[in-house]
Amino acid sequence: MKINDVILQTVTKIVVFIILTFGIELFLAGHNSPGGGFIGGLVLSSAFVLLYLVHDIETVRKGIPFDFKKIAAIGAFLAVGTGIGAVLFGEEFLTQAFDYFDLPVFGETELSTVMLFEAGVALTVVGVVVTIISTISEDV
Amino acid sequence: MNNIIVMPMIIPLVTGIILVFLRHYVKTQRVLSIVSSILTLVASLVVLNQIQQDGILRLDFGGWLPPYGILFVADSFSMLLVTTTSIVTGILLIYAFSSIEKQFEHTFFYPFVFFLVAGVNGSFLTGDLFNLFVCFEVMLLSSYVLITMGGRKLQLIESMKYVTINVLSSWFFLIGIAYLYGAVGTLNMAHLSVRVAEVGQGPILTVISLMFLIVFSLKAGLLLYFWLPGSYSVPQTVVAALFGALLTKVGIYAMFRVFTLIFYHDTIITHNVIGVMAILTMIGGSIGAIAYNDIRKIIAYNVVIAVGFILAGLAMSSETAFQGAIYYLIHDMVVKALLFLLGGTMIYLTGKAKIEEMSGLIRNYPILGWLFFITMLSLAGIPPLSGFIGKVYIGQGAIETGSFILLTTAFLSGIFVLYSLLRIFLNCFWGETIINEDEDIPLKKGMLVPCVLFGIMTIAIGIGVEGLAPYVSDAARTLMNPEIYIDAVLQGNR
Repeated sequence: MKINDVILQTVTKIVVFIILTFGIELFLAGHNSPGGGFIGGLVLSSAFVLLYLVHDIETVRKGIPFDFKKIAAIGAFLAVGTGIGAVLFGEEFLTQAFDYFDLPVFGETELSTVMLFEAGVALTVVGVVVTIISTISEDV
Repeated sequence: MNNIIVMPMIIPLVTGIILVFLRHYVKTQRVLSIVSSILTLVASLVVLNQIQQDGILRLDFGGWLPPYGILFVADSFSMLLVTTTSIVTGILLIYAFSSIEKQFEHTFFYPFVFFLVAGVNGSFLTGDLFNLFVCFEVMLLSSYVLITMGGRKLQLIESMKYVTINVLSSWFFLIGIAYLYGAVGTLNMAHLSVRVAEVGQGPILTVISLMFLIVFSLKAGLLLYFWLPGSYSVPQTVVAALFGALLTKVGIYAMFRVFTLIFYHDTIITHNVIGVMAILTMIGGSIGAIAYNDIRKIIAYNVVIAVGFILAGLAMSSETAFQGAIYYLIHDMVVKALLFLLGGTMIYLTGKAKIEEMSGLIRNYPILGWLFFITMLSLAGIPPLSGFIGKVYIGQGAIETGSFILLTTAFLSGIFVLYSLLRIFLNCFWGETIINEDEDIPLKKGMLVPCVLFGIMTIAIGIGVEGLAPYVSDAARTLMNPEIYIDAVLQGNR
């Protein structure tokens, strides 16, 4: 039986973007205030889970043709990689560096390697959560 | 700057991640696995030797000094275990190449083995209690995957138990950490030791320490081993060997660390409780080992007995007993892996698991039979095999400290170990052969070689104990004198 969920689908189209924006906002807010890769990643993956709920798995997979297991692995590699990067520069493992740059649009901005580490965490979280959810739903 | 300390954890971790991408290239996965194991082994040997010259090494992650940052600390005790872990994993991987089903090699078998090893090595190396929890989780999550690989009904039943019990004990662990942080306000192990010594280990701290005792007992299988025989007898042979060789040892290691470094003041309560639990474990394990006819169950109960035996060394709490426990720990990692492999190979060859259904295997597979014989003698503690030296030192420690009940139980349990394995040997290897010439399943070289390698190792550890002695005595000295560890970590800035 096909359930008519036009309202849900229409609302989702907008809400997903709100959630994604909020996730990135949380991710960027990290480092100095509450937020960061883990929380940001969880919020981002909740957007994907909502898509899975509203549409069926095939449709979403067609729209987002990534292997989420690999995304998790890329994330883990990025996170560990920043740690190893420090080793290559002769610093202690996981040492992070930061500096201030004058960027064209943003003005003076703090860029740091923690950002890469957190991006790795976020990707891992997204990859793992989406993999878990889609695996469970396939089994039923 | 001792970045090499982190390598035994980072090399397996990175290997695991890379192998995820090489999912369908089985050959490449195998080559990379072996290369990575060798690299880990080299790194751990380098660290082990560096410790002998420079004393305990530490690495502050990100340059944050203790007690504020998280750090890895490498002393002889942890590095001996890390080294043994890398050797055992390397050899087990060779066995996996010829025994594991193709289907699992495509579904992330190797990555999860490496994540497991990363967790195990991380647990051995960390100097922070919360980081220990994290490394435990890395190890356990990988073990959840490995135990369910195959998805047979019995396997799923046992892994449900395994997962439930481990989630529960991890929760206890977290609560224990929270209590401890609330009580003394730090989680760095060396700093904890200092703080606990300052305020004195009163009733509250002793209760918290008992909380940790419960957690680690569940992980190690000390008295609370009810989940162990079931869940160690269902997975693939190589996974069971990996679990039997490594997982309980991490619990044992954590118990040694916590009760020699942090909670060593009120030994009348904590160490006596450990002693009583060790005795009960050995009795229960002995009964189990002779009660069952299933080879896998008998072997799993042998793991339980060894846990009791090693922790008897902790309960005695003297330098000699610690030496014995460390020798026995190393010996047990090697020999238990061998025992699981032999049992699994026998089941693979005959297709049966009950000892009364097999007979006369030594005629068809003589090397396998003799290897089993060596393993049996080694576990019973016959010189010059590796089990001997550990038993001698634990016995000597027991006499020094006057713990005669522990001594009696420990040595009686040795006889039960011998008897339980003799039953397997007599039933399965002696007698009329049940396999005719034409039904003879050939024993793959890839299965035999790892067993032979382990067999050589148990003989080599037994004969070359002289070469191991300086490392072990240094490890035992550090366990006995927590100040050495504390000084190396905090370096005066308490």
